[in-house]
Amino acid sequence: MALSRLASSSSSSRSADLLKPLCSAISLRRPISTDTTPITVETSVPFTSHQCDTPSRSVQTNAKELLTFFRDMALMRRMEIAADSLYKAKLIRGFCHLYDGQEAVAVGMEASITKKDCIIAAYRDHCTFVARGGTLLEVFAELMGRQAGCSRGKGGSMHFYKKDSNFYGGHGIVGAQVPLGCGLAFAQKYSKDEAVTFALYGDGAANQGQLFEALNISALWDLPAILVCENNHYGMGTAEWRAAKSPAYYKRGDYAPGLKVDGMDALAVKQACTFAKEHALKNGPIILEMDTYRYHGHSMSDPGSTYRTRDEITGVRQERDPVERIRKLILSHDLATEKELKDIEKEIRKEVDDAIAQAKENPLPESSELFTNVYAKGLGVESFGADRKEVRAVLP
Amino acid sequence: MGFRNIIGRRLGLGLVRRRKPFSTATCDGDGNGNAKSINLYSAINQALHIALETDNRAFVFGEDVSFGGVFRCTTGLADRFGKARVFNTPLCEQGIVGFGIGLAAMGNRAIAEIQFADYIYPAFDQIVNEAAKFRYRSGNQFNCGGLTIRAPYGAVGHGGHYHSQSPEAFFCHVPGIKVVIPRSPRQAKGLLLSCIRDPNPVVFFEPKWLYRLAVEEVPEHDYMLPLSEAEVIRQGSDITLVGWGAQLSVMEQACNEAEKDGISCELIDLKTLLPWDKETVEASVRKTGRVLISHEAPVTGGFGAEISASIVERCFLRLEAPVARVCGLDTPFPLVFEPFYMPTKNKILDAIKATVNY
Repeated sequence: MALSRLASSSSSSRSADLLKPLCSAISLRRPISTDTTPITVETSVPFTSHQCDTPSRSVQTNAKELLTFFRDMALMRRMEIAADSLYKAKLIRGFCHLYDGQEAVAVGMEASITKKDCIIAAYRDHCTFVARGGTLLEVFAELMGRQAGCSRGKGGSMHFYKKDSNFYGGHGIVGAQVPLGCGLAFAQKYSKDEAVTFALYGDGAANQGQLFEALNISALWDLPAILVCENNHYGMGTAEWRAAKSPAYYKRGDYAPGLKVDGMDALAVKQACTFAKEHALKNGPIILEMDTYRYHGHSMSDPGSTYRTRDEITGVRQERDPVERIRKLILSHDLATEKELKDIEKEIRKEVDDAIAQAKENPLPESSELFTNVYAKGLGVESFGADRKEVRAVLP
Repeated sequence: MGFRNIIGRRLGLGLVRRRKPFSTATCDGDGNGNAKSINLYSAINQALHIALETDNRAFVFGEDVSFGGVFRCTTGLADRFGKARVFNTPLCEQGIVGFGIGLAAMGNRAIAEIQFADYIYPAFDQIVNEAAKFRYRSGNQFNCGGLTIRAPYGAVGHGGHYHSQSPEAFFCHVPGIKVVIPRSPRQAKGLLLSCIRDPNPVVFFEPKWLYRLAVEEVPEHDYMLPLSEAEVIRQGSDITLVGWGAQLSVMEQACNEAEKDGISCELIDLKTLLPWDKETVEASVRKTGRVLISHEAPVTGGFGAEISASIVERCFLRLEAPVARVCGLDTPFPLVFEPFYMPTKNKILDAIKATVNY
């Protein structure tokens, strides 16, 4: 559990403390959601590192940030659960890999970087997309394959992208996105952007050969690439110790430094990513291993309970849940009341429901979209229908 | 027997070198034995059990095979034969196939599973450059004939870009390996056993749509079906249709519809795509004068192109109409557009009529 320590310079918080009993009766409270008075919080566990220094365990944050974290993570949580129901109602078809439990990684990472930094991820990408600025409508529409989706309904759950925030998606083939991420980093270095690329992958993908190829290239050429292993301990149904000789993923870079982070603590994630960005810009690639956990199974066809016990899942939920951690922090620092937080959650529920309703009304893509964007437009290539003949009819 | 044989000999064409029964019943190898109604994944499971039972140097490995596999094809194998022979690999296709080649090079029967054919590409280099050429470049000193790679392929209704692909054409372009695709449970068991026991590396694609959907009487004993022998599964006289795997059932439906319009269709299951049985297809085309090929993979560069070119070379003067191909479209396998992309019964029916009325 995080210990909270008020920064000694913030006398206003101390006086707020004294004023509390009066304030709660009358709403004379200072506006909490925009308060940027620094608060220092300790991460749940210290960082462990490989071939580099560890960042400090004390993280600077403030009320505004904590409330944003809470709101964003609660939104992501609600969104994923809603996606679960939609899938069971057969409104979402195909594949759906849910991120609930892992929200702290998306939110903490986003807090430490700008939109100029690139993020590239695998298929469990709904929340990372939202953290990068994606809207709920884009999410639900894409999941249901509608036009308003972020990929115009042609990508589906595994292929969310957002160009204007440098979110490079959304990849179905395990591990394939990591060399791509290193390419992005090269481009950033070349253009002197002072930006970095976060290439996310899982503990299953950590055993792919292409990862090591990408890491070697990045280290050789000092690319600002940060390889983030979202270690939720199970590659589909295979526990990490059964797939990897060394499940210490942060050490597997060998010559590349690594940091092990509690991925359920958004503040620890933020601290680690800030540290990593600074490191990568100066010294080249670094690996971040986020120790995280997913409550759902691998995908909607996986109950998630055949390879792990229900006790394990509930244990993590009770002790390490990222949303609960922030809620407790907020309450213990008296940054909001329980009721206010519950109101935020109610608001979120409504937002999610509205987005779903809107998405349901949205039309499916035009059938002519089947042939668009195979190649760049105007390249003079036509798509042929069956039997190599031109498509004569407009498909219904 | 030899009606076709006799004609062939008379015309000095020397087409048919041995007897091939024209029958619509599936060829059962040695006949009876107890047969039980089972589905495709159970048939494959049976074949694997028999393969490991009859050869104690046979191994089954791949992602998640130990608990039975994501499609249940490997159920019970680990329990029965032990972890030393049936084991999981980490998530590394290139590693899996490379490892399998090595295992096979030592004289073992390595049965590698690639979880979805869409994931086979990292292993493509190993298959093409290592497995296919091993015997050739070592002057027959070494070979990896004991290698069989199994992968579920094909559309499944909601698979999207990466759980629906049909990559058979890429592999048919590689001399040195064999490519086999079964259409039904009974075929799958016999063909898989033949592939495993064949002294060449084989890639065996299993139509995932049929894993549960296709149910058939499958003999319980050990039997093998011959490779590189196509089978005429429906007799006809107006047009020859050639296909493989799950697509055959779609083609069969089209044939039934065409029958109502008085068009008599002959349907051939190629079974082995590389090396494919040119003689059977050619003999059929000589009878009907028309041919239509159908597969789920995109039409450009699909295996239908090879069949088309070969038939035209061999039967040019006999052909009454251009060779028709009803295939997937030239786009990545789509998500919501799957029903438009697929070579459906109506598209095939359309093409049958167009070809017959040419």
